[in-house]
Amino acid sequence: MHVAIVPFGPAHSLSAWGKKMDLSTKYLGLNLKNPLVASASPLCSDLETLTHMEETGLSAVVLESLFEEQIRKEEQTLDHFLTQGTESFAEALSYFPEPSSFDRGPEEYLEYIRKAKEAVSIPVIASLNGVSSGGWMDYAKRIQEAGADALELNIYYIPTDLNMPGEKVEQMYIDNVKTVCSAVSIPVAVKLSPFFSNMANMAARLDKAGARGLVLFNRFYQPDIDLEKLEVVPNLVLSTPEEMRLPLRWIAILYGRIEADLAGTSGIHRAEDVLKMLMAGAKVAMMTSALLVHGIGRAADILKAMTAWMEEHEYESVEQMTGSMSQKSCPEPSAFERANYMKVLQSYK
Amino acid sequence: MARPKITLDGNEAAAFVAHKVNEVCAIYPITPSSPMGEWADQWSSEGKANIWGTIPQVVELQSEGGASGAVHGALQSGALTTTFTASQGLLLMIPNMYKIAGELTSTVFHVSARTVATHALSIFGDHSDVMAARSTGWGFLASSSIQEIMDMALISQAATLEGRVPIVHFFDGFRSSHEVQKIEQLTVEDMKAMIDNGLVRAHRARALSPDRPVLRGTAQNPDVFFQAREAANPFYEAFPAIVQKAMDKFASVVGRQYHLFDYAGAPDAERVIVLMGSGAETALEAVDYLSKQGEKIGAVIVRLFRPFSSEALIGALPKTVKSVAVLDRTKEPGAAGEPLYQDVLSACAEAASFGRLPFPMPKIVGGRYGLSSKEFTPAMVKGVFDELAKPKLKNHFSVGIKDDVTGNSVDYDPSFTTEGDDVIRCLFYGLGSDGTVGANKNSIKIIGGETDNYAQGYFVYDSKKSGSITVSHLRFGPRPIRSTYLVTSANFLACHAFVFLEKYDMLKYLVPGGTFLINSPYGPEDVWGKLPKKVQQQIIDKKAKFYVIDGYKVARETGMGSRVNTIMQTCFFAISGVLPKDEAIAAIKKAIKKTYGAKGDEIVNKNFAAVDGTLANLHEVQVPETATSALAMPPVVSDEAPEFVKETLGKIIANEGDDLPVSAMPVDGTFPTATAQWEKRNIALEIPVWDEKICIQCGKCALVCPHAAIRIKVYDESRLKNAPATFKSVDYKGLEFKGMKYTVQVAPEDCTGCAACAYICPAKDKSNVKHKSLDMADQMPLREPERENFNFFLSSLPEVDRTAVKIGTVKGSQFLQPLFEFSGACAGCGETPYVKLVSQLFGDRAIIANATGCSSIYGGNLPTTPWAVNPDGRGPTWSNSLFEDNAEFGYGFRLTIDKHTEYARELLTRLAPQVGEDLASDLLGADQSDEAGIAAQRKRVDALKAKLKDRNDEESKDLLSLADMLVNKSVWIMGGDGWAYDIGYGGLDHVLASGRNVNVLVLDTEVYSNTGGQCSKATPIGAVAKFAASGKPLPKKDLGMIAMTYGNIYVARVAMGASDNQTVKAIIEAEAYDGPSLIIAYSHCIAHGFNLTEGMAHQKEAVECGAWPLFRYNPDLAKEGKNPLKLDSRPPKITYADYAMTETRFKMLTKSHPDRARQLMEIGDAELKTRWHLYEQLAAMTCGNEEKEEAKS
Repeated sequence: MHVAIVPFGPAHSLSAWGKKMDLSTKYLGLNLKNPLVASASPLCSDLETLTHMEETGLSAVVLESLFEEQIRKEEQTLDHFLTQGTESFAEALSYFPEPSSFDRGPEEYLEYIRKAKEAVSIPVIASLNGVSSGGWMDYAKRIQEAGADALELNIYYIPTDLNMPGEKVEQMYIDNVKTVCSAVSIPVAVKLSPFFSNMANMAARLDKAGARGLVLFNRFYQPDIDLEKLEVVPNLVLSTPEEMRLPLRWIAILYGRIEADLAGTSGIHRAEDVLKMLMAGAKVAMMTSALLVHGIGRAADILKAMTAWMEEHEYESVEQMTGSMSQKSCPEPSAFERANYMKVLQSYK
Repeated sequence: MARPKITLDGNEAAAFVAHKVNEVCAIYPITPSSPMGEWADQWSSEGKANIWGTIPQVVELQSEGGASGAVHGALQSGALTTTFTASQGLLLMIPNMYKIAGELTSTVFHVSARTVATHALSIFGDHSDVMAARSTGWGFLASSSIQEIMDMALISQAATLEGRVPIVHFFDGFRSSHEVQKIEQLTVEDMKAMIDNGLVRAHRARALSPDRPVLRGTAQNPDVFFQAREAANPFYEAFPAIVQKAMDKFASVVGRQYHLFDYAGAPDAERVIVLMGSGAETALEAVDYLSKQGEKIGAVIVRLFRPFSSEALIGALPKTVKSVAVLDRTKEPGAAGEPLYQDVLSACAEAASFGRLPFPMPKIVGGRYGLSSKEFTPAMVKGVFDELAKPKLKNHFSVGIKDDVTGNSVDYDPSFTTEGDDVIRCLFYGLGSDGTVGANKNSIKIIGGETDNYAQGYFVYDSKKSGSITVSHLRFGPRPIRSTYLVTSANFLACHAFVFLEKYDMLKYLVPGGTFLINSPYGPEDVWGKLPKKVQQQIIDKKAKFYVIDGYKVARETGMGSRVNTIMQTCFFAISGVLPKDEAIAAIKKAIKKTYGAKGDEIVNKNFAAVDGTLANLHEVQVPETATSALAMPPVVSDEAPEFVKETLGKIIANEGDDLPVSAMPVDGTFPTATAQWEKRNIALEIPVWDEKICIQCGKCALVCPHAAIRIKVYDESRLKNAPATFKSVDYKGLEFKGMKYTVQVAPEDCTGCAACAYICPAKDKSNVKHKSLDMADQMPLREPERENFNFFLSSLPEVDRTAVKIGTVKGSQFLQPLFEFSGACAGCGETPYVKLVSQLFGDRAIIANATGCSSIYGGNLPTTPWAVNPDGRGPTWSNSLFEDNAEFGYGFRLTIDKHTEYARELLTRLAPQVGEDLASDLLGADQSDEAGIAAQRKRVDALKAKLKDRNDEESKDLLSLADMLVNKSVWIMGGDGWAYDIGYGGLDHVLASGRNVNVLVLDTEVYSNTGGQCSKATPIGAVAKFAASGKPLPKKDLGMIAMTYGNIYVARVAMGASDNQTVKAIIEAEAYDGPSLIIAYSHCIAHGFNLTEGMAHQKEAVECGAWPLFRYNPDLAKEGKNPLKLDSRPPKITYADYAMTETRFKMLTKSHPDRARQLMEIGDAELKTRWHLYEQLAAMTCGNEEKEEAKS
């Protein structure tokens, strides 16, 4: 079933109702002019694009993630190759000039936050991606100092150790969130995967650990196999609208049961997707793939279509619809649970 | 104001002052002076200003000739200008030096004095270079210690500005340029006090300027040149006093007093030695010791060598002097004596003959010491003094070697030592890759900085770049350390790699009761049993304290990889007691933070972890009372080696070369080839293991192996009869050797473990893809069986018949015996696969001219050479002339070959009736275009020789001596980009334009690799290199395109990793072309900053992004009316950045200058595409016949 979308265009202009549609929302304590946010991606690594994003109506941007691995690896690699072969051959005691200071990956990132803050007036959410509770957590503090309005902590972990029990993995998440939340005063959101035995419990524990928002969900880029080269290769596949169902379900389930704000991400391509997310209980809907495919201007189209739909259906504000179809508020709460699964199967008969 | 105490080496000390008191530095790299230029470049790129607050301009030239020209120009136009150089570099500056002095121009050149190449090149220190320049009219001021280097750098600048005589400020290469000492640093205020701004302005006022035009640099005729030359005399007469005045002023500003000649020793000394440079420090140490014991001896230290002040010298000698030994650190064969000796002798004789000598004429003898950094010790100084006490003095002697040929050497007692008990002496044996030297430099800084102790460090490096050993010599003590010689009685001895115990007798350097620390995979209980018996006995006899740590374990656990530096440094501080343990640990951590802080917390933290993990793993070993080990030190080289290898080269391999007498050395620098095979280095931790079942027999492994340590043969099955049990063999798959067997064999003791073969291997196991036909595995368990297999492979399987091989293919080329094997190049070197390929294809008739650089070092640095011979005794003959003239040198080979071939043919024509008309005509008309033709011609030459050998007429004897010239020779001119693009370009251009049949192979690493990665004109845009610290701003010079414009030169650009097939083809075509050929070969290098195992993949990406288009330009095609240019690669399909960002040389610019990095990448990308289009259009041009052919079809 699809929500009927009013065609784009001025036919149902805002003035028809005599007052302006209130699209504003509050996410992580930040007042956003609408619920459409650019999620973390390389798109957000260019100042010109950021400005364009603001112009087309996106209400906040999440910057591309600073990866823990990136920090570690870049430092290690640079050190390794700058010292490789040094101090062992009399004519070549080193092979590179060694500047007394380096702009290392994190510094570059911090500098970018500063520049982004100067370039746009919408909130800038930085993103830190990592798994361990090592020294990289210090960067959370430096991200705050660089002027980020909030921090999205992206915990991207694929446990492959057969001997590592689930509770240990979960604890690691909790510990990381606590460490980061205690290090900074800006709000922290956690972006995570759905792969927990009890997602609801995890959400509640993260909420308690200090997360002001949960971003559902992280998309794992699954590797592929190159048949000719017999190599495992990374494979970036853009999201499809179907993917939004999983976060949709969990947002609906969690809405109203935890304090943290919920953000829906994955598969947000159209105005209807945003509307559904909001109704399920998301404060914001985050998107990248649609912007990559259709260009940044897509955001304006979606906002326009969203507004039109809301006008058509006599909604007054985003706030009004937020959570209206959550498990708590929807007419058939069990639809979000196991019964839904049964229904789907039966529908194939 | 208190001056800071800092720890640094001589080069940095000189550069520090030079950069502060100059406006322009024009530089060119040459060991051991390169770091001075590098410092200057780095400081300027970091915005560090001189004492006038402006940043000096630092520019790199194409040669020292160019640098001195630029210096001359900058000086003439009024800038305070300097340069840094050594050895041949200084020699290349001599023409400009005459001019600069002739024009009375104020400047200082800082020279880390280095041996000038004679019978051999040497990078080490002596005064042969400055002595070669002594007639230029410059002042020569010598420094003997690191403190003096900083002081004299300033004094010389002050003096030259006042006196207008330019000065060469020199100090001993390596011994001083690379010795680390704690010294007092001069301040900017000191410098401002010493430099008279009025004189600076006067210098500027003398400059050429269109606002007050003058003419300088005229040509003069016999009428006036002489007078004009004499006109400068007053400046030289005044100059010694001006230098002394600067020294006096320095004393008043800084407090250290120097004189033109400084005397030390007994006031009533009868025996005196005179010398200059670092040896003076050792001499003073010995004089101090001996004169305190009542010996009437002394030493005169020469500071200002030119202009030579006889008056000051005589003033410095004690009036009681009876005999004088003048020691020169140079050799001037055929002279009446070495330069300093002659000067001292002249000064005294002149004074005596005019009645001005205030004491009776002493006996004056001259001696040579310390050539090429040969050790000069207090024992040798005492030996000279003892000689001076003899009734009959030996003159023109040498000291420090045993001259058993002419008997000129002075005897001395090597056990004599002057080192006090208050000096702690330490020796560290490290692997080049383990960071030992860096950690020791840090330790010196810690001790120098945290305590009142003085500290000294000197480091002995390997001449090989893979698996190299370093020995660090450290001294700490309460007084300034003047011991400019190696530590031979150590209180603390550390061996950082267990395998060294088998190779080097290091315990002999430990003092009784000293401490011995070993990094060992065996724990405190087991280690004793793993020591060779000799080592056990030495530990017992010396009552040594013995400690053990498994540093590799700690390194692994703390993420340090194989770098045990921090761990071993922590052990040193924990055991030696130089500092209280806690203080030491805190200081180490502080040093770590300082050293690695810029690179990130990650590096700092893992080093901290290594420090913390060390103490728990450090154990004292209880030493048993008896030595029980059954392990003996293995022989250095196999017993089967030729006598010369065993007796001479073997000693050098065992680090005992110092003990070889003069008679052991060839008189003219000629050595046998095929010697690297005897130096079994066993440096690989892992070696490849061949799975014959999945091998596709492509030969790529052997092709890419930089060390010829993986080989291929096909052979008859019957040969396998006595094969060792683990020898592998499989049916050959190709048609050309149908029915034969095939083996890929590794040389386990020669492999460096680079894994390039396993990386390139395309044969994957269908059921377990990570398993390839070549996988790397631990060397230790494989060493014995594979050694046996390799010996069987070499000795029992015949070399593949060259005439039966399709040599124009990758696979075929790899059946040919490599005649370049087991070089000391870096593991994974990108140059050597090309060199080896040439040796396979043409080695048995190749004569090679090799430019100085990496290839001349791995090709010709003693003890052994990788250039080898085939079973017939044929192989490449090789020589290195200089850096700059290699093309001309190889051209000379061609001239001889052409002349001798022509003469041989003339003789053969004349002697045809005698040797047989048929044979003569076959010889003269032979087709030698392939291997079969060459083989047939060799047979004919043998027949000719047989006919000639008993003939007694002169023409027959001549023809016999030249008969081999009837077989084609292959002239190869090899070298790096520094040579081909920069210093040797003029000569290369001329030789290429000569039309003669020479083959030039440019091993293009895009930097001066051998001297540590300085920028050349081959350096690509955006790459960081030394002298281009902020990224090369301009694109790489297109040498191939320039060469193509001649039209008659075969030109190819190859990259083995992108197309091995094209590489083989190009090399064969180049050799076959009867004219000049130029092959430019992409050679990945350690200076690119990536894992060299993957070198071939980087080559491929260089081609794919368009940075390295592959092409062949064959003028023979043009003769057929076809387009001579064939593009062998496709248009760029990835961006320049895609390729570049995988290498540290490019990537690091994004860390130091991110915006500039982005900009240069964009410009680079656009430029590559433009260049590609140009190539594409050239390759698409019609050249005549294509149209006709089209019309026909």
